[in-house]
Amino acid sequence: MGYAIEGSTGTWEVVVGLEVHAQVISRAKLFSGAATDFGAPPNSQVSFVDAAFPGMLPVINRECVAQAVRTGLGLNAHINFVSRFDRKNYFYADLPAGYQISQYQHPIVGEGKIEIELTDGSTREIGITRLHLEQDAGKSLHDQHPSKTYVDLNRSGVALMEIVSEPDIRSPEEAGAYVRKLRTILRYLGTCDGNMEEGSMRADVNVSVRRHGEPYRTRCEVKNVNSVRFVMQAIEAEAKRQVEVWESGGTVEQETRLFEKGTTRSMRSKEDAHDYRYFPDPDLLPLVLDEAWVAELKAKLPELPDAKKRRFMHDYGLAAYDAGVLVAEQATADYFERVAKGRDAKLAANWVMGDLFAALNRAGRTIVDSPVSAAALGGLLDLMADNTISGRIAKDVFEAMVQTGDDPVAIIEAKGLRQVTDTGAIDAAVASVLAANADKVAEYQAGREKLFGFFVGQVMKAMAGKGNPALVNDALKRKLSAA
Amino acid sequence: MAGSSTAISLTDLTIAAARDGLRARHFTARELTEAHLAAIARLNPRLNAFITVTGDRALTQADAADTALSRGDFAPLTGIPLAIKDLFCTEGVRTTAGSHILSPFVPPYESTVSANLLRDGAIFVGKTNMDEFAMGSSNMTSAFGPVVNPWKRRQDADAVLVPGGSSGGSASAVSARLAMGATGTDTGGSIRQPAAFCGIVGMKPTYGRCSRWGVVAFASSLDHPGPFARTTEDCAILLGSMAGHDPKDSTSADLPVADYAAACGRGVKGMRIGVPREYRVDGMQGEIETLWQQGLAWLRDAGAEIVDISLPHTKYALPAYYIVAPAEASSNLARYDGVRFGLRENGTDLRDLYERTRAAGFGAEVRRRILIGTYVLSAGYYDAYYLRAQKVRALILRDFTDAFAQVDALVAPTAPSAAFAQGENMDDPVQMYLNDVFTGPADLAGVPAISVPAGLDANGLPLGLQVIGKPFDEATVFAVGAALERAAGFDALPQIRAGA
Repeated sequence: MGYAIEGSTGTWEVVVGLEVHAQVISRAKLFSGAATDFGAPPNSQVSFVDAAFPGMLPVINRECVAQAVRTGLGLNAHINFVSRFDRKNYFYADLPAGYQISQYQHPIVGEGKIEIELTDGSTREIGITRLHLEQDAGKSLHDQHPSKTYVDLNRSGVALMEIVSEPDIRSPEEAGAYVRKLRTILRYLGTCDGNMEEGSMRADVNVSVRRHGEPYRTRCEVKNVNSVRFVMQAIEAEAKRQVEVWESGGTVEQETRLFEKGTTRSMRSKEDAHDYRYFPDPDLLPLVLDEAWVAELKAKLPELPDAKKRRFMHDYGLAAYDAGVLVAEQATADYFERVAKGRDAKLAANWVMGDLFAALNRAGRTIVDSPVSAAALGGLLDLMADNTISGRIAKDVFEAMVQTGDDPVAIIEAKGLRQVTDTGAIDAAVASVLAANADKVAEYQAGREKLFGFFVGQVMKAMAGKGNPALVNDALKRKLSAA
Repeated sequence: MAGSSTAISLTDLTIAAARDGLRARHFTARELTEAHLAAIARLNPRLNAFITVTGDRALTQADAADTALSRGDFAPLTGIPLAIKDLFCTEGVRTTAGSHILSPFVPPYESTVSANLLRDGAIFVGKTNMDEFAMGSSNMTSAFGPVVNPWKRRQDADAVLVPGGSSGGSASAVSARLAMGATGTDTGGSIRQPAAFCGIVGMKPTYGRCSRWGVVAFASSLDHPGPFARTTEDCAILLGSMAGHDPKDSTSADLPVADYAAACGRGVKGMRIGVPREYRVDGMQGEIETLWQQGLAWLRDAGAEIVDISLPHTKYALPAYYIVAPAEASSNLARYDGVRFGLRENGTDLRDLYERTRAAGFGAEVRRRILIGTYVLSAGYYDAYYLRAQKVRALILRDFTDAFAQVDALVAPTAPSAAFAQGENMDDPVQMYLNDVFTGPADLAGVPAISVPAGLDANGLPLGLQVIGKPFDEATVFAVGAALERAAGFDALPQIRAGA
């Protein structure tokens, strides 16, 4: 059995479902023409529709609909050709109309699934219940004035996709893998940038615990969790809290909670829950999708991470784990493919995941602004393949590439690192090493064959690392057997 | 400058005649506008038909119209003085919806319908009084005081009559000749009932025919902007300008707009006219039944065939209307919270600000409907009320669809009585709601309907007959309405009017 919480009375299973709010990438808002750029001055991207002025009416932005459909297709989900917008009514200062336009009863996307990979190499399928489109609210700013609250409506009306999972998740690790995988898919599709720190992706986490084999117990919803790490921590903290409640003879009450400083606290109880008085928005007609249009969107979808991973394993012979690491970000996968094309793909994967990742890590950069381009790394691999340099020299050349951004050929020429293949020079170096270590030669010939490595090392050292390893080996074997 | 005798006759002109007179340079747009502004100055203190009079603006528009006319450059309404219901947002001109909560609100935009009228050269003399947020059938719920009907009872001339509602200011203004035409909105009967009470023509087009963009929302799925005028042809001219597809309103219909004025002359020969038997309700005044029969006889004489028709779900229309309309209103009116525009009553916290602002800003009828609407949408009640009302609504639409498979149009009374006096029907809201009994079904179904004055009751008060047509077939509605108008020869005048 996998993850479990050990209580004082036994083992508890954790049951988790996630509602992820993903901000749609679109130039304009869901129902108004106002812009959606992050970080604009407060209230500079607000139309009269967003501010809910009298007589203003919503008009659906087709691009947001297309993005939702693309996302649904990317989640292997059922696309509902007829969906509807409802009003969710509640009063708040940053909700100008007094209602949020959402899709309650008839979402644009129905059931789908996501495959997640766990660190032990296993995979699991997590069900998607639905995806619907809705408007974001504005933002209340409580820290601008000692006694007043300011309201910024830039975000008011921005399109969100709420992606609801089935309660299929059984551990913090699975939840983390789910959010990361979902984010990867959204980024591949170009439908959400997935930047949780900017708030363009946030999660509501539904947690309950139960004894193995029991039906579900009461769940609590932890609202607005804004990083993968916090999602995992929130689940652990909330599950432990619930275990303590049950084990001390109490009852977990359905409520909304907040995650703060490593623990969850109550935000509002079920009794205080809003009655949202949902009803179909009479300002909007049902959203009817054209089948040919959906088919066209489907035909233009990019290759998604699961398919790309399978292709990397099949075409490049990569192990599942390596393929999974390389496809996690589309930019990494693209970089790898540019390096691997026409070259030793496994070697390319090792360099990307090893030396390149390490260098990016040290420099605090991402693959998009890597100091070493895919073409330059490919060139380095070519220089190894044609014996211009050895693998050991290549490491030094790569470091120089990271520092200077220079082309590997230029570095090799400037530093005189070109591999020595002149057998005369190699023979001379071998001869002098053997002469200087006559005692070891005798030991070798008496049967201590592992000394061979010592001789290789000494020869390479004498040649400043530039000797062609194969030729050095040949020359040594020849001389030692002849001696 | 026109003399007073000219001014009197100018205010009596129809839009069609004024248009000809302006183009022939018999008088100027400025003279026409000044005549109406003078009438407003004299009579509005008695009628209270206008909340805001925009005299300076109107004269500027009139001078621009005269310049255009002198160049021979005229649009369908160049130089015609109109009144705009204060539910239509007008750029730079205060728009109150008859409510204290919007009393300080000056919209920075022009509603599509009023913009279309301006595009066609119209002059706006002011914003007309109305029931608060269009909720009422008497104009008694306005925060700016009740509107007075320019008609008087013969027997009881001291009684102050209501103009109907909610577009009572528009109806009173057009009837008393303070404007040549006006805009209104019809949600449960708010154009047709006041038109009938004030002895003028009021047209509610098909839902989606006139854009709702920029019209303060009462019940979004029921709000129909439409025109008032003193003749069917004038209403047709106005609707021709007001109507048309608007991409800013998702419920606006992208369909061609017919020549409605031409349709007024079509006649009814060979038409099948339906008489909905369910509209013969208990307690209806005998003279209304008589007038209805008279109207049918006129149409038969003009060559139409009269057919008995059933609209079996009619009796459920009013209850359904009084669930759907308040439900939508409760949500639509949530935006009046004191945060961004309109009235604000500061409070100790956000909730207190909401409560104080809305308690001070909304009148009793609006509060009642918000409560009803909130109730019928609440968890546990939604299915029993809202959902069931929507099902009834679908049945009512089917009634009309079935009827229009057999007939070209339906004819019925507009309202169950003539105008009543201020204070009557006031103690029981349900009694007041019964005013919508004949008008509500067409709103629920979204089908077009017109009310034309067809006669007087024993007290000398006007009574209206209503023509209901197929969706987007306003042309036939105008044709039948004009035929009734010609046969009725209605030429009675209200006691309070310009020139009287």
